This record gives sequence, C-alpha cells and structure tokens, in this order.
Amino acid sequence: MRLFKNVITRMILERVMLGILTLFAVSVLIFAATSILPGDAATAVLGQGATPETVKAYREELGLDRPAIVRYGDWLAGVVQGDLGTSLTTRQPISDSVIPRFENTLFLAGFAALIAVPLAIGLGIIAAINEGRLVDRVANIVSLGAISVPEFFVAYLLILFFAVKLGLFPTLATVFPEMGFFDRLYVTILPVIALIMIVTAHMLRMTRSAVLSVLSQPYIEMAFLKGLRRRSVIMQHALPNAAAPIISVVALNLAYLIVGVVVIEVVFVYPGLGQYMVDAVSKRDLPVVQGCALLFAATFVAVNALADILSVAINPRLRRSRH
Amino acid sequence: MKSSLQRPPLTAIIGLVIVATFLLLAIFGSYIAPYSEFETVGETWAPSSAEFLLGTDNLGRDILSRIIIGAQMTIGIAVTCTMLSFVIGTVVGLAASVASNVVDQIFSRSVDILLSIPVLIFALIVLSAFGSSMPVLILTIALIDAPRVFRVARALAMNVRNLEFVETAWLRGESRWWLMTREILPNILPPMISEFGLRFCFNFLIVAGLSFLGLGIQPPSADWGGMVRENGQAITFGISAPIWPALAIGLVTIGINLVVDWVLSMNARPSGASAEL
Repeated sequence: MRLFKNVITRMILERVMLGILTLFAVSVLIFAATSILPGDAATAVLGQGATPETVKAYREELGLDRPAIVRYGDWLAGVVQGDLGTSLTTRQPISDSVIPRFENTLFLAGFAALIAVPLAIGLGIIAAINEGRLVDRVANIVSLGAISVPEFFVAYLLILFFAVKLGLFPTLATVFPEMGFFDRLYVTILPVIALIMIVTAHMLRMTRSAVLSVLSQPYIEMAFLKGLRRRSVIMQHALPNAAAPIISVVALNLAYLIVGVVVIEVVFVYPGLGQYMVDAVSKRDLPVVQGCALLFAATFVAVNALADILSVAINPRLRRSRH
Repeated sequence: MKSSLQRPPLTAIIGLVIVATFLLLAIFGSYIAPYSEFETVGETWAPSSAEFLLGTDNLGRDILSRIIIGAQMTIGIAVTCTMLSFVIGTVVGLAASVASNVVDQIFSRSVDILLSIPVLIFALIVLSAFGSSMPVLILTIALIDAPRVFRVARALAMNVRNLEFVETAWLRGESRWWLMTREILPNILPPMISEFGLRFCFNFLIVAGLSFLGLGIQPPSADWGGMVRENGQAITFGISAPIWPALAIGLVTIGINLVVDWVLSMNARPSGASAEL
C-alpha cells in the first residue's frame, strides 16, 4: 500500500476515517437509545390520557409505525444533508433553531478555550517545574478545589459577587442576533470566567502530571548530569516530548468544557445548544434531543481527531510507531 | 515516605473529618435536623438568623435541615451508582483480561465508542427516552460509568495477568473465573479502591448536575442539586440560598479527593507506575 507516499497525509486520512466510523457508531447508539424503547415519542408528547386512536394516528403521522431500521436510514440520510427533522413540540425544522444556538455555544466555549488553554498549559508547566515548592502546592490545592465544586457553585458565586454585590456585569447572559461583538463579549464575561476556572483546573493538573512523567525519563537525568541548567533542560529536552501528551490532555478536557457549557448555559439563561437540549429533554422532544446529542458528540469526536493529528505532526517519533 | 504511614498529612485529616461528618449526617440526619424536610417554618428566603442558621428556601423551609436530611438521598444515590458500576466494570474488565484476544478486542473497541460521547450528553439522551425516575437515574449513571471502570480494571488486570503465579494457576487447570477472582482481583484491589473514591466524586457531581437541571432526583425530596435549582433565582436579589447546598456538594467532593490523594501517595510511591494507570 504505497498509495500515499507522505506518511502524514496517510495518517490524517486514517484518523479522519476512524472519526467518521466512530461518529457513525455514535449515531446508531443515539438513535437506538431514543427509539427502540417502550415509551415512544407519541405517548411521551400526548401524555397518559390520550386515547389509543389518537396515539395511533399520531404515530402514523410521525412515521413511528415503520420499522426502526427504516426510520434510522431516513434520519441518517437527512442528517447527512443537514436536515435534523422536525421538532415534536414546535413543529419547526430542528436545523433552523439548532444552528444559531450552536453558533452561540461555540462562541461561549471558544472564548473560554482561547483563554483557558494557554493559561492552563502555562500554569501546569510552572507547577511541574517547581514540583513540591510553594507555587506547586498552591496550584494543587486551588485546582483541587475548583474541580471538586459543581459548575453551578462557581457560577452562582461569580453572580453573587460580580453581578449583585459589585454590579459590574449582568446576572443573565442574554444575547440576540443583532448584538455587536463587544456587547456580546461583555454580556458573556461571567459564564466565560466560570468555564475558564473549571476547565483550567482540570487541564492544569493533567498538564502538570504529563510534564512530570517526561521529567522522570532517563534522558532528562542525563541532561541534568551533563551540567545543563534547569531552564534549558525543560525548554529544550522536556517540553518538545511533553507536547503530544499535553495536546491529548487539552482535547480530553474539552469534554469538561462540553459538560460545563450545558450547566453554565442553564444558570445564565444563555441561548445555546446546551440549554436547548435540556429544555427538549424535559419536554421529551426526542428528535431535538437526538440532533443536539449528535452535534455535541460530533464536536467532541472532531476535537479528539484533530488533537491526534496535531500530536503526530509535532512529534516525529509517533509517526513510525503507528502501523 | 514511611512517616506518611504513621501520621496522615493535614490535608488528609481535613478530608477524613469532612467525609466522616457527612457520613454521619447521611445516616442520622433525620434525628439531628432541627426542622422537618417538608414543613414551611418561616417566610420565603428569610436571611440566616439564630432560628434558621442558613435561612429559609423558596417555600419557607429551613435550608440547614434540608441539607442535613438531603445528605442521605444525595450521597446514597451516588454510592449506589458507583457500587453498581464497579461490579459491572470490574467483572467485565477482569473477564476481558483473561478472555481470548478477540473477545478482549470486542469489549475494548465497544468501550472506546461509548467513551466518545460526553457523560452528561449521554445521560440526557437516556433520560429523555425513559423519563426521570429513581431506578432509571441510578441505572443510567451506573451504565455510563461502567466503561470507565472497565478501562481501569482491565489495564490493572493486564499487568497482573502475565505474572508467573497467574500463569501457574492457568497451567494447573484452574478455571478463568478462579483466575479472575482468586489470582488477579486481590492484586488489583488497592488501586481499585482509590479509583472508587474518584469515580464516586464524578458520579456525585453528575447526579447533582442532573438534579440541578431538573432531570435527576425529583422534588419534594430534599436533595442538594434540586435545592440549588429551586433557589436559583434568589441569587439575583443577593440572597445566598442556592450557595449552601452547592457548597455541601463541593465539600463532600473535596473531602473525598483529599483522602484519595493521601491513599494514592501511600500506594503509588513504592511500586512506581501502578497507580498511574
């Protein structure tokens, strides 16, 4: 198989294929979990009091009387063309309401990640270099606190101090399409700070242990023994090798960002995908839940694939070990 | 590191005190609480006073009493989920480690797919399909957590699986079940116990998060995540009612993390990498 001479091109193609395959499996899982179940959508929407005739008519209207495999095929064909189906409660096309909300969520999560990722990597490296010293211990205790408390605790504390007591920022992050970029930034500052705190804490701890595990390698000891200064051992010998584990740490922690974003959106009543999904779950609007779940999962899978590709691109040694 | 065996560090003592306090509340809460869980005893969102130490909630119920009584429900559910996921995850993980390569690969690849959906999203999917009730909630969280336990159990078991005494037992004709329970399990137990603490924290936060979203434990039962939800609006008036139950959730998790850190530091140092998995 010398189809792709360039190792990186082949690797990227393999990784993208794997991502698509995973996503396909995930779509089956999402569909199966919401469709092949006793309480189906018709009874969920009409409630317990509906007569069998209305349920039957509604089932036919929704196409629920067809076999699950056929419905899955239709759903998947729609999804591939960007059509997520129709909401059971509003009777509107799901894609129309999902896309602006997804953009809002990406804005919030992206804004948080933009600050959290460099901050966490920097602090994690500083903590690892000063292992056991005061800086490290303070970072350890503060980050342990931040990963232990629930997201809404951080959010409510921020609201209490910065919005209510000091009156600096609004308590709710209300955004609308016509809003200017800087107004948007101002309104979303508190939810973004909450997300940054949670994600940074997780990422910092894992970055620290990734750097420490590289620092315990024999070639690092060798570099010290041949008389190099600590700074240059870390900058030139340790960090290039720690890059790959750090990238996978970052990707892994974007999962916390996804979970965090759902709760934070609800706290701040931010019109994003997370709040939309929670709303749909409590109304049991299954097609909307499926669509939102698929979008969240796709984002997650894409981020992980990107991280794998990046880490191989950065560290040439990983290119050979994969077959 | 011998000294750490004799005297736990300050952080571990703090952790142990926190965990012990909340365990006592979970067991004897209804005897300790000054007021009942459901009864309206004051005005809506009364500030903290000698009468109501943490104030009252949106229906005029005493917040402190509800936190004390709610400990049982909140902690109990997370413990049940974690025990269930450990039984499933450990049994399957050990089985994968002694099974043929094909079976192991099937398990491991399926788990990879399950792990590619973020936990909260997965929980939301299942709850939307089944509706939220106590058995559904417990089963959902346990089944979502089990693949993560499987990974740890399998990785630890794989290290032990190739050692001579396991090989010997296999050659003298012991069954796979014997290998799993008599040879491998006792040797992976210490790291699995600290893993239990970590998984508990994780499940505890997820259950609290779901209750906060209104999809977990249903009112009127006092549970901490639900209490935060019910009192969420108070925060815009500068009333700290939702802060207290959220703080209780954080305290439990911090306490357990401190204890687990201490246990890990005792376990990990002599044998090197074993706890890193």
